[in-house]
Parts: sequence; structure tokens; C-alpha cells
Amino acid sequence: MRLELGNIFIKDVQFGSETKVENGVLYVNKEELLAELVDERLASIDVELAKPGESTRIVPVKDAIEPRVKVEGPGGLFPGFVSKVDMVGSGRTHVLKGACVLTTGKVVGFQEGIVDMSGPGAEYTPFSKTNNIVIIAQPVEGLERHSHEAALRLMGLKAAAYLGEAGRNVTPDEVVVYDCPPLQEALQQYPELPKVAYVYMLQSQGLLHDTYFYGVDVKQILPTFMYPTEVMDGAIVSGNCVSACDKNTTYHHLNSPIIHDLLERHGKDFNFIGVVVTNENVTLADKERSSNFTAKLVHWLGVDGVIISEEGFGNPDADLIMNSTKLEKLGIKTVCVTDEYAGRDGASQSLADSNPLANAVVTAGNANELIVLPPMERIIGDASADVVDVIAGGFAGSLQPDGSIKAEIQIITGATNELGFNKMSARML
Amino acid sequence: MSDKKLRVVHYINQFYAGIGGEEKADVPPEVREAVVGPGMALRAALGDDAEIVATVICGDSYFNEHLEEAQKAVVEMIRQYNPDVVVAGPAFNAGRYGVACGAVAKAVLDELGIPVVSGMFPENPGVDMYRKYAYIVETGNSAASMRQAIPKMAKLAVKVGRGEELGTPEEEGYMERGVRKNIFLDKRGSMRAVEMLVAKLNDQPFTTEYPMPTFDRVEPGKAIADVSKAKIALVTSGGIVPKGNPDRIESSSASKYGKYDIAGVSDLTEDTYETAHGGYDPTYANEDSDRVLPVDVLREMEAAGKIGELHRYFYTTTGNGTSVANAAKFAKEIAAELVADGVQAVILTST
Repeated sequence: MRLELGNIFIKDVQFGSETKVENGVLYVNKEELLAELVDERLASIDVELAKPGESTRIVPVKDAIEPRVKVEGPGGLFPGFVSKVDMVGSGRTHVLKGACVLTTGKVVGFQEGIVDMSGPGAEYTPFSKTNNIVIIAQPVEGLERHSHEAALRLMGLKAAAYLGEAGRNVTPDEVVVYDCPPLQEALQQYPELPKVAYVYMLQSQGLLHDTYFYGVDVKQILPTFMYPTEVMDGAIVSGNCVSACDKNTTYHHLNSPIIHDLLERHGKDFNFIGVVVTNENVTLADKERSSNFTAKLVHWLGVDGVIISEEGFGNPDADLIMNSTKLEKLGIKTVCVTDEYAGRDGASQSLADSNPLANAVVTAGNANELIVLPPMERIIGDASADVVDVIAGGFAGSLQPDGSIKAEIQIITGATNELGFNKMSARML
Repeated sequence: MSDKKLRVVHYINQFYAGIGGEEKADVPPEVREAVVGPGMALRAALGDDAEIVATVICGDSYFNEHLEEAQKAVVEMIRQYNPDVVVAGPAFNAGRYGVACGAVAKAVLDELGIPVVSGMFPENPGVDMYRKYAYIVETGNSAASMRQAIPKMAKLAVKVGRGEELGTPEEEGYMERGVRKNIFLDKRGSMRAVEMLVAKLNDQPFTTEYPMPTFDRVEPGKAIADVSKAKIALVTSGGIVPKGNPDRIESSSASKYGKYDIAGVSDLTEDTYETAHGGYDPTYANEDSDRVLPVDVLREMEAAGKIGELHRYFYTTTGNGTSVANAAKFAKEIAAELVADGVQAVILTST
């Protein structure tokens, strides 16, 4: 598969009479956007803009999605949701780089996040650096949680697809070409270099812990192969967030950093053959089955090493360790990417499962570490104690009388992302 | 901030205070507004950065035999001098002295939030027991290494007293405390993973960012000979709580557990119980909490004489993101109560 990714750099976002991109500014026709998002499950929908450096807090954030548009080649963005289920990942796609859709509104579960556009919290989330189109949606009375989540998910994808259209006929600021040949050809490239693959673990533990692959809930898949470029067209979509720090948003999947960095060094340090997508179901039988299939598929690819990324924590630690140890026992070298829950004082052990064979680990940091988020002038969504004290990473009294929030960094969207999106790590002191 | 002269309280034992050896090890804590014993060398090493405002002295036997009392008394003595940092020892390879220095460090950190610097030989039992609570400089095994130890301790004391960001244990010269601390690196995680993979593939050295811990394994207890006579309790990490979560157990990273009376309760309904757990889809547990905490089935078994009795209280917390240290602390307290209440078996449900 050959994909041209045309990045259009967005420096600012403003409301305007027409949705368009001009001189690096994304103009949004609010009424037209809202009309796109109408859904009988949603009682009200509104849009606000949030930009880097503002004294703005967005909470509870459910998902983040980058606006993109398919310009050439088969299929469209987010197959199985806003486009038909064509195979994506080839042709040409335009990206509104620097713009992002964030979705918020009434809490679905306990598990949504905070994005601060400035202050200490902004350091931890990539979405303080993007020009955000924030969609605030309230469900109709009595809407069941799963339907509520599904409505929000679709709403965010539709908004990103609608905004992405504005980039269809714009000349990109840069075009990056990714060429990922079929297996037989791929294996013959660079015979002198070691062969590597990527094991892409997707969270699939139920409501707000789910992920979709071409529209399928990944609880229902068996591990399968994927071309690296498929993610760039939205083959993988987030089912909104559990603990916000380490649930991969759709934005993270679109910009999947391990895939991009493997492609960056492909042909220089190794031959990057492809991706195995797997899940993190809750029962032991599922974990055994998926890790056995993953090990089999990676072995079948004939690679020498893999990077394995986890999503979530606790229960999925078991999947990570099973994947790593089964591959190591087949003689395939592994590097694991995870995050840690070492307690607020950092003195507890960090993972729920462990094996000495997993001897190469990259950590995205300790999610239990405390932070104080100072008050912000503007709140988008709901920053009351009903939300802040109960979402994962918060506790009774998290919301301080002056409007500041004392919580674990777990509460910040994308803070300890396990695709390795951030520069944070942790070390032993 | 670096201009301010730091206030230091120094903790030493009866031997280094010149009171006496083993025969005087039972002297209780005392405080002197003076520089005593190894404090002389410490004062010299601290120079203009810090002054020793008081010295607290306690006999090693007294401290170890009256641990809680001694900790309390020492903390109160230290508190009144409002120090920026406490220096304890160095204790070298003196076991009881090392343990006392560590216990002082723990109490000072817990009660006063003031950092503590100590110095010990790596095999001193105080290191393993209290390494989390103090910055312990590695020393030789006897006072012969005093001259090397004191400048290192002084330098570290000034740094932590000023609240400066510390480097790694190797950089700063203290023994690893086993505490994880977040840090921002130059490269993002994905690139670090790629580079680690390249090193591993080429059999070059690499450093894992998280060395895998060795887990405790718990041997299962002996089977109950006659369950029909047994008093059985329910304990869960699935977060089942009375509706409204009265004790506000956190949805993740629990800092507490709940104990709730289920006398007369034979069914957990949507109106009476729910889950506080943020780590799984709560829909089905909220519909019927018996799915996580099977009170209904146990009541039936109780009525049918299949079990002796269901214990009057259940214990609950959320396992989601809860540190192992907290979980172990809860378990210790819960187990002690269950044993005291004559419970013979526990059904432990997780999610």
C-alpha cells in the first residue's frame, strides 16, 4: 500500500460564514457543522473553540479526533462508521495538522479526562497544543449508557470528517509518502537488515474501554494483520476513554507514533514488515487465545523483533506479559511500551503482572503522581465536583474551593499514552 | 532561595553523643541545642549553606524497644526546631542504630513532611526497611569511613533541604529508594522503544526503563473440612458499595476500603447497591450487584445449610489502579478483623 499524507498546517481556528481553510486558518460554519451532527439520541449539541495558551479547561473529555479527508484512492475516513467498509491506507489523504475535534458533555461513566489549554496540566496533554473544535453534547433523558457512548463516538467522527472536507482542495504544506508493500515483496527488501513488526494491543474491556477496527468492536476479533498505513485513514477508532491518561484517542491512532517512528527508521536500521492488531479481553480464555494467535502471527511473519504497545492498565498488564513472554520463548525479541501505577508516592510496584523475559520496557510514566491544576477562567463542559471528584484519577475533595483541582495525572487526557506519544518517562529514585 | 541558611536537626545515638556504649543504650530521647559528636564534622561540611540548630539523641536499645514512643518523642523534639532537613547518623553497619535512623526518617517524613538524609553500610538492615523514607548515602561498614561519608551527606542534605530536583541515585550518591518519579526526556516514548529494539536486535546494551519486579506468591490455605459449618465472608475489589457510595471510595487508585453490614440483606438490588469501580463497564454490576458480590446465592446456601453462616459484614474496595502497597495495607487490616470475628473462609471476588 502506498499512501501520500498531505499535511495542511492549521495555525488558528475561527468561526466563519463558510467552512474552509485559508492561509493556515480553519474557518468553521457553526450552523452547518451542528446540522451534520444531529442525532435523535442527543438532546443538545453546541460547539466552542479552545486554543493553545488560553485559560480554558475542557472536562470531561471523551475523545479527540484529527480532521482528515480522503482525496484519492479507495474508501473514506473512519471505515465502518462514516464511510463504507472499504480497505483504507492507500491513495492520498489530507490532514488538518494542528486542528482537533474534542468531544465533551455529561459523564457517561467514571472515566473521562481533563484538557487544560495552559498551566501545568497543559504540559501533559497533546491537546493543549492543538486548535480545538470542542463539541458539547447532552443526551436525551434516560439514554442508556452504551447508546450514549455510541452517539458521542459517531458525533466526534462526523465532526472530524466534516471539517476534514475543508482540506480536500487545499495544497498541503508538506506531503509524506509511505510505501508498504505486500508481504512477499516486503520480506525481500533489505535482506541485510533484521525484520521487525509491531504488536498493536487495543483495549476491549467493555463500555468506555472499547476500540473499533473497521467498525468492528475488537472484543470480537481474532488478532489479524494490518498494513501500517491503514491507521492513517482511521481504521482504528477509540470507543471513548477509560482512565483518560492511557486510553488511546482516535487522534492517537491516526498519528500512531510507533508506526510512524518504525517507518522513519525502516530501511535504515531494520525492515518493518507490518502490524499485528490484537485485543485485551477480560476473560482468561480470551487472553490466552489472543496472545497465542498474536505469537503465531508474528512468528508466521518471520520477524526477528517486535514492539508491543499496551493500552490501559491492570487487567491488560496480563495481556502484555503473555504477548511478550510467548514471543520471547519463540526467539523473537520484544520491547514493551506501558505506563505505571506505582502509587501516589511512587513506592509501590507498577504493574499487575510481570515476567523477567520482558526485559526491555519503555514507560510513559507513573499515572498516580499527583498534580494541582490551577483554576481556569473558562470552563467548557462541567468542572463541578460531581465530575471532577469521581472521574478516574480524582478523589473526594479533588475540586478545591478556589476551583483548582488536585488529582492524579491519570485524570489528564493522554498524559501517559502507551503508544509512546509523549516524552514523559519514570525512573527509580 | 539558595541564599537562606538551612536549618538542620541532627539525630545520633548514645554512643556518638559520648554518653556511653552498650551499657547506656537504654537512655531515652533527649534534645540538645548544640552540635554533638559527628555533628562537628557535619557542621564543617555544611559550611555556610546550613546550620545545625539542635541534636536529638536516643539510646539504640531504648529506641528499638519502645519504637512508637521513641518515634513520637523524637518527632516532637524535631518539630519545635522547624528544620528544613533532618540528618540521621551515619550509622555505618550498626544494625539497631540504622533501624533507629530509618524509623526516625519514616516518622519525620510522615508526620512533618521534612526530608531526611542518612548514611549506612548497604547491608545495614535499616537500608532495606526504610530506604523509601530517607536518602541514604552508602558508607563503609565502620566509623573509619566517617570522613568520606559526612561530606556526601552534607551535600545531599543541602540539596534536599532546598527542595532542589534530584538526579538519579548514581548521580547524587544515595542508595536507590525504590520510588518511581516521572521525568520528561528528550525523545518521545515510541522513538525510545524503536531505539531499544534496535539495540536489542543487535545485541548491544540497553537499559530497560522499568525493571520487572519479582512478585510475592501466596500459598493457598488448607481446604475447609466442612463448609456447612463454616462462617464465610465476602470481600471484593469490584467496588460494590451501598447506593450513593457513602464513604466515597475512589473510582480508581483507592485510598480506602468500606465495611458494610448486610444483616438481613438477601439480595443486592439496583435501588440499594452499585459499584464505585471505574475500571470496567458498570452497567451490569449496577443492575444487579450480586453479580460481583454474590450475597443472594450465599443466602440461599445458608438457608439450605450448605454453608454455616454468611458473615455480617462485607469488605469492599476498587482494585482499579490501586497500588499494591495500599491493597496490602487494606488486606492486613481486613484479615485481622475477619480472624477476630471468627470467619473461617473468604470468597474474594475481583473484576
